[in-house]
Amino acid sequence: MTKTVIEAIDIEKFLGVGAARFQALKRVNLAIAGGELTLLMGPSGSGKTTLLSILGCMLTPSSGTVRIHGHSTAGAKPEQLAKLRRDHIGFVFQSYHLFPTLTAIDNVVIALDVRGESLEQARQKAVKVLAMVGLAHKMESYPRELSSGQQQRIAIARAIVGNPSVILADEPTAALDVENGRAIMSVLARIAKDPARGVLVVTHDPRIQAFADRVIRIEDGRIVGDGGEVESEEVAQHFRELLS
Amino acid sequence: MSLAPKLAFRNLFQDRLRLIATLVGIGFSIVLVTIQMGLYVSFQRMVTVMIDHASADLWIVPRGSQSFEDPSLLDERERFRALSLNGVRGVVPLVVGFARWRAPSGATSPVFIVGSDRRESGLHPWNLVEGDLVSLSIPGAVAIDQSYFKRLETSRIGEGAEINDQNVKVHAITHGIRSFTTMPYVFTSPDQAHALTGTPANKVTYFVVHLIPGANVTEVRDRLRNRFADADVLTPDEFGRRSKRFWVSGTGAGAALLMGSLLALIVGTVIVAQTLYSSTKDHLHEFATLRAIGSSGVYIHKVIIIQALLSAAIGFCIAAGIGWAVVEATAETALPVVITPAMTLGLLLLTILMCVVSAVLAIMKVMRIDPVMVFTR
Repeated sequence: MTKTVIEAIDIEKFLGVGAARFQALKRVNLAIAGGELTLLMGPSGSGKTTLLSILGCMLTPSSGTVRIHGHSTAGAKPEQLAKLRRDHIGFVFQSYHLFPTLTAIDNVVIALDVRGESLEQARQKAVKVLAMVGLAHKMESYPRELSSGQQQRIAIARAIVGNPSVILADEPTAALDVENGRAIMSVLARIAKDPARGVLVVTHDPRIQAFADRVIRIEDGRIVGDGGEVESEEVAQHFRELLS
Repeated sequence: MSLAPKLAFRNLFQDRLRLIATLVGIGFSIVLVTIQMGLYVSFQRMVTVMIDHASADLWIVPRGSQSFEDPSLLDERERFRALSLNGVRGVVPLVVGFARWRAPSGATSPVFIVGSDRRESGLHPWNLVEGDLVSLSIPGAVAIDQSYFKRLETSRIGEGAEINDQNVKVHAITHGIRSFTTMPYVFTSPDQAHALTGTPANKVTYFVVHLIPGANVTEVRDRLRNRFADADVLTPDEFGRRSKRFWVSGTGAGAALLMGSLLALIVGTVIVAQTLYSSTKDHLHEFATLRAIGSSGVYIHKVIIIQALLSAAIGFCIAAGIGWAVVEATAETALPVVITPAMTLGLLLLTILMCVVSAVLAIMKVMRIDPVMVFTR
């Protein structure tokens, strides 16, 4: 039986002030279980990124509660939220956000360094995860020497090296071509096989639905669909064939 | 060992142009502070140079004399009143005063005459490079310093000139006896000094007092004070402090030098703060990423502070190099820049403090980062 790794309960979020104030999220309820790759899909402005920011403890909800690995974030101070992030959440960003002055391995090590792990131990773990994402041969390369797909794989390695309970990925394939996009999704799908870890991917790219165990649709700040299965078996089959 | 120093180092060296601007800012500021402070220290030393080189246990000076270069007159017979006191071994009169030097070409220059008997341990010229003290007993004999050859238009033993219309001849040459005023010191015998400065024969300017070994200086000083109603009796330290107070504080020269240092420090802090702030702003997304992946505020502060410390270390080395060159270049001038080991350490700490204070602005900027910005680009 898989365990819920992150949970949003009755989340509401208002953004803007005065006349520009609007409700970005309307009583959103969501639970991500370990061992599944969930897609959060919706049109632009539907509240996907706002929800991801709240789940990632970077934005405080106007009302409602977020629980990460059983810990409620209600009333937590910025430093406590930072601790929750470093202990339980791994992030993958659309623009990778790698440190341009650090090598691939140091970009991964830094996720453990901020947790206070020894450099030696951190490097050993980084070597393993870089091998896992297929970049063992690029450890000493700088981001500028790598392709977009390779950079995103380093970002994934950085996200998973601390063994977090949940990976939150924001449009991880948006800046990539089809082939690299598929490669990244297959890596994330493999990561999501671990029953202790859930992966939530925000995307508007329907081509990656094939990798999902579950697709949640959000529109106008509300969850309008939460399917346990991917919607298009035809699309899924197409990508499975490509992957094989 | 954390990755923070590496990240700080790389951030700092990524933009070479900005790094150069930062280092020039720090270097410029610290060189300015060094020169101002060096002049201040040098000035403090030079105003007491005669007091420091006299072999005195105590000084008897005319009441209210503010410094060695502020001569009034004492009655020479007072010497015997001082000598009659228990604990006093000797009392040496000094005759000092202003005069006008006229070179053979007719060019004139004000000088400060110092007359002391070479047979007694008073105040003799030091660092002799040519001639000897004995020859200063010869009528008309004087000693001058190499630093003033050009000013006095005299550069050799045996060359003559006039002081207040009386013929004098150079019999000794010294090295490094410079005055912080525009007037060169000219050493001679007390008799000659009387004549050259127009001091009456029964008057002197100071008495240098020597005590018998083991005498209590404070006790003898107090007893002398009771005995001399119209004179001040001071230890060399007291006379030195009084001179410093007069020249450094009283004239505003010290305040000007200290103010110069302060301004240099403010300029340096602003330059470093501006460049660190700009560097932090350029790396804002990286700091936001650090925050997003769970870094504590302390970790981010560490990166910025290390950047500031690296800047301080490199900037200080540059400033130290320039400072050393300035010390060498001014060593033979009337007011050399003096840098002591304690001052070097102080300047290093000051540089570090300046850079750390400068980092505060950058830290404040980083503290306002919303990690959610990593989703917006």
